[in-house]
Amino acid sequence: MVIEHDKMRSLAARMAQPEVRGRSPWADARRRFLRNKAAMAGLVILLLVALFAIFGGQIAIWSNEELDFSVMGQVATMGHPSLENGHYFGTDDLGRDLFARTVQGTQISLLVGIVGAGIAVIVGTLYGAVAGYVGGRTDQVMMRTVDILMSIPYMFVLILLLVMFGRSMTMLFLGIGLISWLDMARIVRGQTLSLKNREFIEAARATGVSTWRIIIRHIVPNLLGVVAVYATLLVPLMILTESFISFLGLGVQEPLTSWGALISEGAGTMSYGTLWQLAFPLFFFVITLFGFFFVGDGLRDALDPKER
Amino acid sequence: MFAFILRRLAIAVPTLLLLIVLSFVLMHLAPGGPFTQERALPPQVLANLNAKYGLDDPLWRQIWNYVYGILVHFDFGPSFVYPDRTVNQLIADGFPVTLTYGTLSFLAAVLVGVTLGTLAAIRQNGWLDYLAVGISIGAQVLPNFVMAPLLVLALTLWLGWLPGGGWSFSDPSFWIMPVIALSTSYMASIARITRSSMLEVLGSNHIRTARAKGMPERRVILRHALRPAMLPVVSYLGPVFVSMITGSVVIDIYFSTGGIGKAFVDSALNRDYAVMMGVTILVGALTILFNLVVDILYAWIDPKIRY
Amino acid sequence: MSKLFTTTALLAALALPAQAVQPAEGETLADSQTYTYWLLDAIKSLDPAKNTDVEGSDVLRQLFEGLMNEDAAGAMIPGVAESHQESEDGLTHTFTLRDAKWSNGDPVTAQDFVFAWQRVVNPETASEYAWFLELMNIQNATQIIAGEMAPDQLGVRAVDDKTLEVKLTTRTPYFLKTLSHATTFPVPQKVVEQHGDAWTQPGNLVGNGAFMLESHNLGVDITMVKNPNYWDAENVVMETVRGVTVNDNNIGLTRYLAGELDRVQIPAGQYPRLSQEYPDQAISIPYSCSYAYVFNVSDKGPEALKDVRVRQALSLGLNRDIIVNQVLQGGQKPAYSWTHWAIEGFQAPDAEIATMTQEERNEKARALLTEAGYGPDNPLSLSLQYNTDENHKKLAIAAQQFWKPLGVNITLNNVEWKVHTDRMQNQDFDMARYAWCADYNEATTFLDWFRTDGYNSGKWSNAEYDKLMAESKTAEDTAPLYKRAEEILAEEVPAAFVYHYSKVDMINPAIKGLPTQNVTNAWYAKDLYRVAE
Repeated sequence: MVIEHDKMRSLAARMAQPEVRGRSPWADARRRFLRNKAAMAGLVILLLVALFAIFGGQIAIWSNEELDFSVMGQVATMGHPSLENGHYFGTDDLGRDLFARTVQGTQISLLVGIVGAGIAVIVGTLYGAVAGYVGGRTDQVMMRTVDILMSIPYMFVLILLLVMFGRSMTMLFLGIGLISWLDMARIVRGQTLSLKNREFIEAARATGVSTWRIIIRHIVPNLLGVVAVYATLLVPLMILTESFISFLGLGVQEPLTSWGALISEGAGTMSYGTLWQLAFPLFFFVITLFGFFFVGDGLRDALDPKER
Repeated sequence: MFAFILRRLAIAVPTLLLLIVLSFVLMHLAPGGPFTQERALPPQVLANLNAKYGLDDPLWRQIWNYVYGILVHFDFGPSFVYPDRTVNQLIADGFPVTLTYGTLSFLAAVLVGVTLGTLAAIRQNGWLDYLAVGISIGAQVLPNFVMAPLLVLALTLWLGWLPGGGWSFSDPSFWIMPVIALSTSYMASIARITRSSMLEVLGSNHIRTARAKGMPERRVILRHALRPAMLPVVSYLGPVFVSMITGSVVIDIYFSTGGIGKAFVDSALNRDYAVMMGVTILVGALTILFNLVVDILYAWIDPKIRY
Repeated sequence: MSKLFTTTALLAALALPAQAVQPAEGETLADSQTYTYWLLDAIKSLDPAKNTDVEGSDVLRQLFEGLMNEDAAGAMIPGVAESHQESEDGLTHTFTLRDAKWSNGDPVTAQDFVFAWQRVVNPETASEYAWFLELMNIQNATQIIAGEMAPDQLGVRAVDDKTLEVKLTTRTPYFLKTLSHATTFPVPQKVVEQHGDAWTQPGNLVGNGAFMLESHNLGVDITMVKNPNYWDAENVVMETVRGVTVNDNNIGLTRYLAGELDRVQIPAGQYPRLSQEYPDQAISIPYSCSYAYVFNVSDKGPEALKDVRVRQALSLGLNRDIIVNQVLQGGQKPAYSWTHWAIEGFQAPDAEIATMTQEERNEKARALLTEAGYGPDNPLSLSLQYNTDENHKKLAIAAQQFWKPLGVNITLNNVEWKVHTDRMQNQDFDMARYAWCADYNEATTFLDWFRTDGYNSGKWSNAEYDKLMAESKTAEDTAPLYKRAEEILAEEVPAAFVYHYSKVDMINPAIKGLPTQNVTNAWYAKDLYRVAE
């Protein structure tokens, strides 16, 4: 899973170009996006997964932490998916309802993905825009800092952070979010440099609008396309990162769970005749990752069409 | 170009220093120390130990001594958890293992990924294309902590072809599963990037011209299309390398390879300060080096870029 | 302690020849005498003074030999000591050593033991197990560990090459039982001084055990081969012993089934299935460790837990039968005493709680909580801390659900081992999971934990209990004292005891000689042999 930076740069370059009079690029983009089958399929998948996360709890008969004592201890024979006892997805090793847990894991994983990507995009955009717009010494220092931070093995630092501050959700959000803002900052800075000397910015500057206001009001809106695409593509990466952290046991804590935690539990017991414990969470994990991926790709192609 | 390399190397120094200070401080802020154990040590003994390892000095002094030790004696200090060994020894034992399967995985991912992507692009919308795209879609998101136990089940228990874990430098049968588990998802990503960038290049004017001149297709691909199509792949390779090293934790846990990935996680959990720092510095240095190599490679492939 | 330990009986016991390993009638030895067993993690140290864990001890027991060994039933049999004499007052023990050799051919002398033991208590060695010599009550051990005395003041002396004299501060009934512990093994002074910390590396290490270190790849495997210089080498059948690290227990089982390992632990919950599929391979034997949730009754602990009724209610509400039968499922037993049921000479008191049904227990728990002022209107909120581990997590989740209907809300607090330990030592917890494994096969190894000056991280204190434990050190008949101590624990509930461990393993039926009666699970590769399949 990867974000192709070349394509992101190309997209950003296009978003920074002066608009062609009389035609909204967004309307064009929408048309292209709607025609893209993979992207539409991705969008539908994401909607379904979101509905599952929001309303799945209503259908569940069991809560995500209740132990079903009639199943506990004989999960391999009694805990398989069944409509009769209300365990639609079967149960986990302790006899907890896997449906309820998958719903709840979906919520957490989506939350981590979206919040993490949000943090990365916001920090990256603001940082890049400020560096690019202010320029000069500030820009140099800020971008050197990015260079330095680029060379830090982040996953290591994240593990240290989680070990140090304990396993809290906030730390997870922050840690995961702060991993990915550097690329965003670079892309945004580049485009800010080319936007900076455009007429409407100069006009704003001439009328005495403050620097901060120009960045927020004029620069950032012109980068919205890049930001949207980047965010969409970042979400699956964040979810993947979270799953790795969960595998190490440093992710969200019981009784809460996440896809990563469920998958890693299911993977451990896959040869003991309880394959559903792996199959259901993995299914949702995979389709969601692809949903985001197709939508992100589709958005990018829609905003930055290449004639082929 | 030369100036660029120099500048990047100059950045390496503050980066490593920052990394050292950051991890040192984080580690020391965490509750529990290397001598925290079930049966609390008598205060006198604890004091002796702290004095022996210099842990009673102020933090800045510890950091200074540490950096000094590395610079002057290339000594990363003693391990608290493995008292029979020094950090230098632990890294000398574990790093070659990680490096071996890491490099092999890297090569496998690039070679197979590029080949698969190129073939898929040439046969766009043919069965090979669909197959390649299909496989890479699945492989990209299958976490390697699912893949690893699957491999052991299939190749060791059911088929009996390969040893289920362990490590030997002389017997490649120990390398195969770690390499598969580590490289597959990157392989898939590289295949996908190659495919789309190859399609773009193949549609460009200079390829059309080459074809129009009647140049054989194979020559068109190898001589003219492959090089520009590699640009996005190369820029992807820097992060790949680093995440491979990080991902090696999973490999070390499942295949008991004895590499440094697990050593790092263990050292963080056990407050084995010196081992943790040693591995962090090593990986940090490699990251810097690798980013540099990728940038140089990028410039070499794309003559438009000037530094 | 009991009469078992009078001088004459011991002399008789020690005079018995070491049993030779012999294949039974009808068994044919396999051509290749190898034994490969599972290790969860890397062996941290091969230095007897620095080893702290069970896996390290298993290796050290092959590479070194102490004064005593354990037989298949856990009884003490002679190791390097040939005979033993105890003075009238029980304060002086004199051992006569046999003609044993180090793997480099040098003789094993009493001086080697003196050197090893002084090294353990020397603060410079920084041994985490230095307390073990305090536990043995060797003279001056405490002062030396605290840095108040020189290590050569330790109450152990080489009278001559073959005679070792140990002076104790007090009569210690379990003294001989401590002598098979890895911390008490001799070490070769010359080698240690020559190589420093690196003396335990392959090529450097010299031992006096039945096996020699061939190779050790940290976190991968460790290989030991038969030591021709071992005094009883002619009776050792096994040629090669390999410990293989597999960090994931499930993978370990897969690799066992693929024939790569001869012994592996069975992951929690898999025993019933495996014992049906492989009745001749899946075993469950008592293992002398106890699992508990310790209550913090110190000043820093929550107010509610200072109320004995709350503690009793929590203990009652814990459905141990479900934990044992439906979560662990490996022949573990519900614990209503701290001391493991299989410990030699220990008789558990008849606990009322053991005979009640869970409904009755819950009933009573509710009543107690109401009495203490808690209930649905005033729910009790506590945190349960456990260190990161799949099984601890499962049990904590189950406990949380058991207590919920009683109106007790539990927050689970998962932290890694170092933090867990740090917080327990600083009374920075409400309830914490804890387990204790016997260091020797006698009840004090458990009961000492709850002494006011014991490890006792919940800071529970009871004068009568302390008095009983002090008395037990010199008493002739300790069983009633231990029984009474356990009764106090059952009334006062400083911790909710959860279950008593079993060792639940898969063992290749071709491997013979692994002990199944020894609750400390000490095994000696010299007693093993492999039969042809």
